[in-house]
Formats: sequence, C-alpha cells, structure tokens
Amino acid sequence: MKLFYVFIKKEFYHIIRDRRSLFILLGMPIIQILLFGFAITNEINNVNIAILDHSKDVTTQNIINKISASSYFSIKQFIERESDIEKVFKKGKIKAVLIFENDFSKKLLKNSHATVQIIADATDPNTANTISNYINAIIQSYTQELNKDVVVSYQIIPISHMVYNPELKSVFMFVPGVMTVILMLVSAMMTSISITREKELGTMEIILVSPLKPIQVIAGKVIPYVFISIINATIIILLSLFIFKMPVQGSLILLGFENVIFIVTALAFGILISTISATQQTAMMISLMGLMLPVIILSGFIFPIESMPLPLQIISNIIPAKWFIIIIKGIMLKGVGITYLWKETLVLIAMSLFFIGLSTKKYKIRLE
Amino acid sequence: MKILGFIIQKEFKQIFRNKGMLPIIFVMPFIQLLILSNAATFDIKNIKFSYIDNDHSTYSRELISKFEASKYFHVITDFPSEKKAKLAMLNGDVNVILEIPKYFERDLQKEKYANLSVTINAIDGASAGVENVYVNQIIQNFNKNIQVELFQPSNSNIASVDILTIPSFWYNKTLNYKTYMVPGILVLLVTMITLFLSGMNIVREKEIGTLEQINVTPIKKSQFIVGKLFPFWVLGLSILTVGLIIAKVIFNVPIVGNLMLMYLYTSIYILVILGIGLFISNFTETQQQAMFISWFFMVIFILMSGLFTPIESMPNWAQRITDFNPIKYFVEVMRMVMLKGSGFIDILPQVLKTVLFALIMNGLAVWSYKKTT
Amino acid sequence: MEKVIEAKSLTKSFGDFTAVNAITFHVEKGEIFGFLGANGAGKTTAMKMLIGISNPTSGEAKVAGFDVFKQRESIKNNIGYMSQKFALYDDLTVKENITFFGGIYGLSREVIKSKTQVLIKELNLEEVENQLVGSLPLGWKQKISFSVALLHNPKIVFLDEPTGGVDPITRRQFWEMIYKAANQGTTIFVTTHYMDEAEYCDRVSIMVNGKIEALDTPKNLKNSYKADSMNDVFLKLARG
Repeated sequence: MKLFYVFIKKEFYHIIRDRRSLFILLGMPIIQILLFGFAITNEINNVNIAILDHSKDVTTQNIINKISASSYFSIKQFIERESDIEKVFKKGKIKAVLIFENDFSKKLLKNSHATVQIIADATDPNTANTISNYINAIIQSYTQELNKDVVVSYQIIPISHMVYNPELKSVFMFVPGVMTVILMLVSAMMTSISITREKELGTMEIILVSPLKPIQVIAGKVIPYVFISIINATIIILLSLFIFKMPVQGSLILLGFENVIFIVTALAFGILISTISATQQTAMMISLMGLMLPVIILSGFIFPIESMPLPLQIISNIIPAKWFIIIIKGIMLKGVGITYLWKETLVLIAMSLFFIGLSTKKYKIRLE
Repeated sequence: MKILGFIIQKEFKQIFRNKGMLPIIFVMPFIQLLILSNAATFDIKNIKFSYIDNDHSTYSRELISKFEASKYFHVITDFPSEKKAKLAMLNGDVNVILEIPKYFERDLQKEKYANLSVTINAIDGASAGVENVYVNQIIQNFNKNIQVELFQPSNSNIASVDILTIPSFWYNKTLNYKTYMVPGILVLLVTMITLFLSGMNIVREKEIGTLEQINVTPIKKSQFIVGKLFPFWVLGLSILTVGLIIAKVIFNVPIVGNLMLMYLYTSIYILVILGIGLFISNFTETQQQAMFISWFFMVIFILMSGLFTPIESMPNWAQRITDFNPIKYFVEVMRMVMLKGSGFIDILPQVLKTVLFALIMNGLAVWSYKKTT
Repeated sequence: MEKVIEAKSLTKSFGDFTAVNAITFHVEKGEIFGFLGANGAGKTTAMKMLIGISNPTSGEAKVAGFDVFKQRESIKNNIGYMSQKFALYDDLTVKENITFFGGIYGLSREVIKSKTQVLIKELNLEEVENQLVGSLPLGWKQKISFSVALLHNPKIVFLDEPTGGVDPITRRQFWEMIYKAANQGTTIFVTTHYMDEAEYCDRVSIMVNGKIEALDTPKNLKNSYKADSMNDVFLKLARG
C-alpha cells in the first residue's frame, strides 16, 4: 500500500511538473465553457433578409416596419426584380427574401386577402424553417390587429406552459452539453495518452516488473486525473451557476456525485483505449477522431435524440455522454433526485465496470 | 526539388506502415459520415405526447384523435390526473401534455370558447418552440372545423381580412437535413484528420529524437515543412473525394456547382489547417501537449462554425471570433458551391481570407521550426 | 596540419548555469579526437554548438572552415552526426533509412543506390536490408547509424557516445569502422564513457564542470598524471 502511495505521488509530480500541459488541462475548459455558453444558441437573432415589394403601399410598408422592428430580423436590402433573388442568395449573406404581390392593399380591401411569399435559403433547413415561422407569426399578429373589430366565435384557445425553462433559454440546453463534451474528451484523452506514453517510452515495463499489481499501476495513473477532472467539473459547475445563471433545482451533492461517476466512466474508457493502442498517436486519434463528433452529435447535446431514426436512437444508448446529459438536466433544471435518475446512474456505473473489466482482460492477455 | 521527393516518399511510407492508424484514417471518417449524417437533424418528429382528458366528450375525443393522426406527435398514453402526468414528464417519458378541462364541450357550445392547457418540457427551448407551433396548428385547424360545424354568422358586419404567407424553400425544397449536414460533417472530418495528423507530426519526431538528426543536415526549413505538408494535403483531398462520392451516391446530395471550384478552395483550405497543425507541432514539446492544443482549437472551430447553430444568433463579439475560424468559411463555401451553384466571384471573399490565413499560418510554421536552439 | 575544428573561449549558458565554460581547443584533419567527461560535464552541449543545432552564448568556433554563428548550414554539409539517442526511423527499413538520409543530403538516386549496396555488404546486412530498423538489435542499429552519418562523405563525423549499451564484441567492430573511416581521411570527434576506448584515440580532452581540464595524447596524459591507464587519469581529474 505504501508502494502504491509512492507511485501515485510520482504520477502527481509528473503532471504538476509539466506546467504547460497542466495549464492547458485546467485553462482550456474554462475558456471553452465561457465561449460556448454565450455563443452556442439557436435563437434567431438579426437575420439578414431582403424585400421585394411590388406594391410599395401603406400596408406593405406597415408590415415591413413590423419586421424591421423585431430583433429577429434586420432588413439589409431592397431588390426590384425576381431575378435578383438568386444573386443575393448566391452571395450568401441574405437568408430570406419577402415578396409582396402587386396592389397589395387594394387586393386586401377588395378580396379580403393578399399574399406574401417568403423565400428562404434552405441550405440550412433549420434556420430556414424558423425564419419562415417567425415571419409568419409577425404577419399573423399584424392581421389580428387589422381584424381587431371582428369577433370570431367558437374557438379553443390553448394556454401553453413552458416548464423547466420558461424563457426558452438556449443556455439551459447547451451548458449541460458543453460540460459533458469537455469532461468526456479531456478525461478519455488524458488517461489514454498518459498510459500509452509510458508504453512507448518503455517505462511501463519497468513499472510492471515492480511488485505493484497491474491494477494498481493503472489506478495509480488514473487517480491524479480523477482529481484534475473533479477540479474541472467544479469550475464548470461554478461558472454555469454564476455566469450563466443555471439553476440547481435538485441536490448539489447528488450533482457532484454524478459528476464523479461520469468522470470515472470517461477515464475508464480512456484506459480501454490505451490497452488497444500501441502508440500515443493511435491513442490520440481514437480518443479525438473516434469520440469528438459522436459525442457532440449522438448525445443529445445539440440534436434531439427523439428526432433521430430509430437505429440511431438505439446506437445513442452506448454513448455515456447521453446518459450524463439526462442526469445533469434532471438535477439542475427539473430538480429530480436519485429516485428518478437511478436508471441512468446505473448505466454509467455498468459502463465503467465494463470498460475496466475489458481493459484488465486485455492487459492479462498481453502480459502472458 | 529532389530533396523534397525524398521527404514526401518517407512520410507516405510512414503513414501507410502504421497499421493501427490506417483504419482510423481511412475507415472511421466514412463510417462517421454515414452514421452521424443521419443523426444530425433538427427535424422535430415523434414528439412524446400525452393527454389528460377530464371531459370525456365527443369534442375532446375528436381533438385527441387529431393529435393521434399527426405525424409529428407520438401519443404515448393518457393520464388520469395532472399529478401522474407531471411525474411522467419529470421522468422524461413525455415532453408535451395536453390537458382538457372538465365541461370543455359544454363551455365551447355555451360560451363559444374554451381553454386548453398545454405543458411543454422547454429545456430544449428551440424544440419547445417548434412543438408549441405544431400544437397550435392542430388546434387552429380544429377550430376551423368546429366553426363550420356550429356555423353561426359572425356578429359583426366587418369582414375579416387575411394575409396569406406562402413559404418556399430554395435549394432544399423538402428541408432535408442530410443535404445540409453531409457536406458539413465531411468538412469537419477532413479538417480533423489533417489537423490532428499534422499537429502530431513534427513533435513526434522531436520526442523520438529523429528531428535532431534532420536538423544536422543542410536541409532547408521550407523544404522540410513542404515535404511534411504535402502527404497530408493529398490525404485531405482524397478523403474529400471519397466523402463527396458517398454524399452523391448514398445520400443523394445535389452537387449543383462546379466541382473544380470545390477542389480549388479545398486545396487552399487544407493548407491553412496543415499550417496550424505544424505550427502547434513546432512550439510544443510533447505529443500530449500538441494534442491538447489541437483538441482545444478543434472544438472551438467545430462549435463556432455555424454548422450546428447559426452564426447570426451569436453575440457580436462571438461573431467576430468566428471571422478567424477557417471551418466557418469552408462550411459556407461547401454550401454555396454544392447546393446553390455559386461561382468564383460569389465565393471570392472566402477564398481571399483563406489564402491570407494559409500564408500566415504556413509562414508561422516555417518561422517556428527552429533548426537551432 | 590542417585544423578542421577550432574553438576559442566557446561558451554556452542557460540562465545562471554555465554548461560550457570558455573552452579552447582544436582538432586536426584525419584525427580521432576523444571528447571525455563525466555525465553533465558539458560534452553534449559543446558538441551541439559545433554541429550547428545550438547557439553558442559567446566565444568563437570554426568547423570545416565555417563559422558556427554565421555559416551553420555550410557546416552541416560537411559533417556527419550520430546522436546518443538512436535517431533513425524505427518504422522504415534499413534500405529506406539509408535512402532517406542520402536523399536529404542531396545525393542522387543512383549514388544512393550504389552506396547502399556497398554499405549493406560491408555491414553484412543482406538478410535484414528490408526489415524495419525497429526490429533490429541495438548493436546493428548503431552500426547503421554510423554508416548513415558517413553517407555523404563528410569531412568530420561527430559521434555522441556511439557505443553506449552495446556488447564488447560489437564495440570492437564499431571501433574498427571508426579506424577505417579515419584512415580514409575523415576526422572523428567522439565522446565516450568507456576509458578503454579513450586509449584508441589519437588525442583526448577531458571536460570537468564545463571546462577542458586536460588535452593531450593518451600516452602523454598517462605520463603527466603518473597513471597506469586512462581510467586512472580520468578518476584523478574528475575527483579534482
């Protein structure tokens, strides 16, 4: 046991001596969470649009004023011909063009309806769809103003309650995701590299001939990183509480506990990577190339899992980050306790055990 | 020129000899392209929906059947009480709850209006907004039906006016996410492979000691850097090619624009990424440091590229940061040329910025490679 | 005699620490010059300044007639170097390593081809020429490294502890290679730990704490320090 303690101490010194890496490990997550917390949002804001107004009358002017008054859009350009639409889209700055038909006010009075065409650049379908919905909403509310004297009868009026995030803040959605991506990648990368590094430099053999058991060697390499990851997690949680005003509806202790479990899962995955790669280069490529995009895309961080095709919903279950994101959102935003999250917690624990078990097995095979 | 050939030959041999790396370079990107392109969608479908029917009337059942018929909603179950429904939402089993109050039908007939309560899990604010729109659409349609059914002339003489909005979605009529995501994910994969490989390259030679052996030869700095760049440049363009074929053949992504223009831009773009990689490689001491730094920049480049969340939505200062993000320009050019058929003049601003970055980054890479300490 | 290396008060400091403290010496053409010293005495640092990969702090030095401050790249054309850390590519074969290093010294493919054949034959490497260098025993690797350092017919070859960790038989063979190169007119600048090897050198210098404390032929050194072997000379000097 004393030997084990000495070994951990050596590992700690290794990490602390390499100032540059330590600075990177602790500093980068802070910069990232600050940057992404503010920048990653899919709320529509100041989208550039152009107007093609064939009427140029009072009504169209009113609608244009309504649109430019909203913070969602900024009218960048007035065009005169249909053929110009193609041109502005190809330049790429304008995301949508509004076309008012001719004699707009006249038609509205005479036929009691008139038409606005919304042409959206759908190379980004999500933005295109949102733009179209928002413009539609602005025009509808303008229509209601025009119709304020008309009483409509027989209608059901739905009253919507947006629960857990009444202001529909993107931050609430993305901060847990950013937190997860950072913890997952940093932890997996750190362990896989530090173990393969010893293999490559040949120092692993020296340690393996010592009376330490292989499991102690691995634990000794990982424990310092558990501490670093816990520091990272703590900093990230503090930033999300105080800078991004994320609530913690549930128990802070549970949140801490779940973070430790997730860190262990990620580190265990790092160990597994190190057992299957011979060089640092391979370990890094697996933990970076192999993890980065799947964790970002399949975890529910950005894209809702329910919307994915069924086979991918099933695949998403093997991504530890998915479960952790559910847990964080549950504790922070819904305020639920372990009675609701035991299933997700068990999945993470089972994954950690699986990774560790598999690594130990691989190790034994190699040593024989 | 002759010397360059020897370096390039050696680098290629080393890439193809590393058996552990080959699948990561040549197989993994394409598997990810195939799988992840299907997952990256904001298309809201299968909304987990449930309802509490306190009225059990003809109208309430009719309204519910409209939700059951909608392709957006997946009706999980009904709940006898609000409490049970709330618990299910806490558990994550449902995301939208419709509560029909008692006397719903009676109020509607007598008072000519009735209220409904809709509860939406809004943690994902954007999805919640869309879900709300869908709920409203169904109810609006239902309103029109009952207005016809219970027709009564409006008690006002003023006719209501209506402004119709007709949306049309250019370049991607059906709002197909794959058309958008496949080129984007391809961009990310090309960038990641080339950045990580070049970022590790020189520092690896530093760590194993071969760089010192190179430094005592009369080789020129620029020869060495170019020799290192070229194989990865070829690699990046090959991955792009295979990726484009997958995009066309498997995902049926339209390629409207000029392919040569794509290649012209990409060949400059990869130089930027390789320059960044070699620069990182030169000023770090271990592969570990090089990888952490590459990782740091890669995550920033990816999440601030405008691929997953729109750049216009970012605060101004963050938009200024994205001006320095090469991936942003690549995503823009890819979309413009492939989907819209933009020409050289259209993408000129992006091309100029990319050329500038390429000059700066490779200048820094040559400068930071020091043969003497 | 022509002087191929000349150093005057050559100094290298890292902050407060002076690794090489104003050393002055010269090496003559065709000589085998032993550069001795305990670990940390400053041997490798001094050597790195001479081969142009480390900037001297002060002093002056010329290698093969070129200045170590201003004409480093010209020096590199005229020297070969073998580092104490094995520095060929483990993931390339013997032949490929030779081709690569020949190539970056600007040799043509034909010259490289014929030189490779001669080398492989001399070193008896016919059976392993297409094997990855990483799979060969250390002694063989060192011999290949030395041959690679000689590939472009340099005027001077710098060897940094070339025989560290090698068995006595291979060491013997290695020194035969050194003699052969020296006989053909190549100057050899070699650092070593093994004092028996010092006896093979034409002249040796002994560095202690960044300074050259003694410089002469092994015979004269033994006489002036009244010692039986170079080992005794070294111990007397190192203990101060």
